[in-house]
Amino acid sequence: MRKLSRPISPFIWFIVPAVIVIIAVIVFPWMFTLWMSLFDWKIGSVARFAGLSNFTELATNTRFLESIAHTLIFTAMAVAAPLVLGTAAALVFHQEFPMRGFLRGAFVLPMMATPVAIALVWVMMFHPQQGVLNYLLSLVGIGPSEWVYSPRLSIACLVLVDIWQWTPLVMLIVLGGMASLPADPFEAALMEGATRWQTFRYVTLPMLLPFILVAGVVRMIDALKTFDTIYVITQGGPGTASETINIYLYLQAFSFYQIGKSSAVVVVFFVLVVALSMLLFWLRERSKYYE
Amino acid sequence: MKKTLDKLLLGVCVILLVSPAISFFLWMLSLAFKNEVDNLAFPPVFIPSPPTFANFIKVFDSGPFFKYLLNSIVVSGLATGIALLIGVPAGYGIARLKAKKLLMVIMIARMTPAISFLIPLFTLFQALGLTGTLAPVIITHLVITVPITVYIVSGYFETLPNELEEAAVVDGCSPWQRFRHIALPLARPGITVAAILAFIFSWNNFIFGAVLAGRETRTLPVAIYNVLTFEQIAWGPLAAAALLVTLPVLLLTLVIQKEIVGGLTAGGVKGG
Repeated sequence: MRKLSRPISPFIWFIVPAVIVIIAVIVFPWMFTLWMSLFDWKIGSVARFAGLSNFTELATNTRFLESIAHTLIFTAMAVAAPLVLGTAAALVFHQEFPMRGFLRGAFVLPMMATPVAIALVWVMMFHPQQGVLNYLLSLVGIGPSEWVYSPRLSIACLVLVDIWQWTPLVMLIVLGGMASLPADPFEAALMEGATRWQTFRYVTLPMLLPFILVAGVVRMIDALKTFDTIYVITQGGPGTASETINIYLYLQAFSFYQIGKSSAVVVVFFVLVVALSMLLFWLRERSKYYE
Repeated sequence: MKKTLDKLLLGVCVILLVSPAISFFLWMLSLAFKNEVDNLAFPPVFIPSPPTFANFIKVFDSGPFFKYLLNSIVVSGLATGIALLIGVPAGYGIARLKAKKLLMVIMIARMTPAISFLIPLFTLFQALGLTGTLAPVIITHLVITVPITVYIVSGYFETLPNELEEAAVVDGCSPWQRFRHIALPLARPGITVAAILAFIFSWNNFIFGAVLAGRETRTLPVAIYNVLTFEQIAWGPLAAAALLVTLPVLLLTLVIQKEIVGGLTAGGVKGG
């Protein structure tokens, strides 16, 4: 007897509404962007098919290329520092101490707070004349800094804000990982008389590596996408000193209404995000291999 | 002796870790409750003496704060409500069908910068003549709320034991009845966490409103940003406004930190 095709599972109907919404607000925009990137179109004018000319123009656009460089510099720092600090924080929050729940809640406040609101306060703190940060510097005998008003420092200042804001997320992911680790290797290390550093270096860290790399992927995606804090604090300035791809994109799209060109930027940006994510996932697979 | 030393060291570490967050928010409080002279003083005044509510009064007087508050509540409330309505059944369906591919789409959506959704949707809303109403803002906020909800809820349904539902099948329950009467009540904690996180991330969102909202339809983050740029308002009222916007989120995080931490760790999710 021939087997009839498998009946459709009734559970399909639970998914249909969500699939429709996801197609409408997520998949449709992707397709539309890809399509629009092939057109020369500014809102209010007639769209002209332009082939790949948007992309070839981008390849020679210095401002865009610089924005890629700014994004990569920002991302590298905004991933590396929270990974180190977040892992250290997870080691601390894994211990027992009084008021741990409350203090952990306080520690994650920066990532839950409204980004625009905290960015406004950072603007005031960075202020070269009345800002509290320059006062704190003066306490330790360092002269006033220009902070975000200095073209050389603006990206570093934005990284500082990002570290402050997102180290908690790394901490949470690594802490979740630590809770899932088996106890045996630690007991063995204790029996062998390993020092604390040895236990961390040869037992904890290797087992945590997959979780740290997941945190790295998440952090990297978020860092590449950072918009609110940069837009509020520097708007890409001074000049274009801290203009990331996202800020450049925003200006092209919603100040100049260059829909075709900005769609091309989105496509390049997306390729960059996916490529970097795949790289980190690949690293993660390798780290598993060596377990 | 060594034990006391260990405890002391741990205490120092904990203080070092939480002090950047705590001192930042204390400084925000200080700015919001000081008068303008103290706010611009150098060296800075740390403790408002006496604390003043003038900054808050100024916020309420200088613009339609309550209108923006209402906008924020309507946008985040509806975006979260719709996300639950379609996302909870979808999460259940994904868990039962083991349809991991759909979660992949959601992961990629998370990787995509918000502006890439905005360009097409902005163009579409203009063509439809919807700009100037709250509808475009609510619809784009679904980009944040639906993925979070589906992700967290499907993960939660997967952890539920299957035995009860199997017993229900034997008793002749339809898939809908299984969902409605057995799985749904059991999943309430997971759904609550998803709803809270979806609401918070929608509440915090700036870029969708910044692009799509008109003067009348601004959400709170957009409104306080506009205060900064256009009206050259003093620090005190600005800090007070920022505090008012983010205070509900901060309090919620502290009160139910355990649930929020659990939900965030589940997928490392974050909106927009």
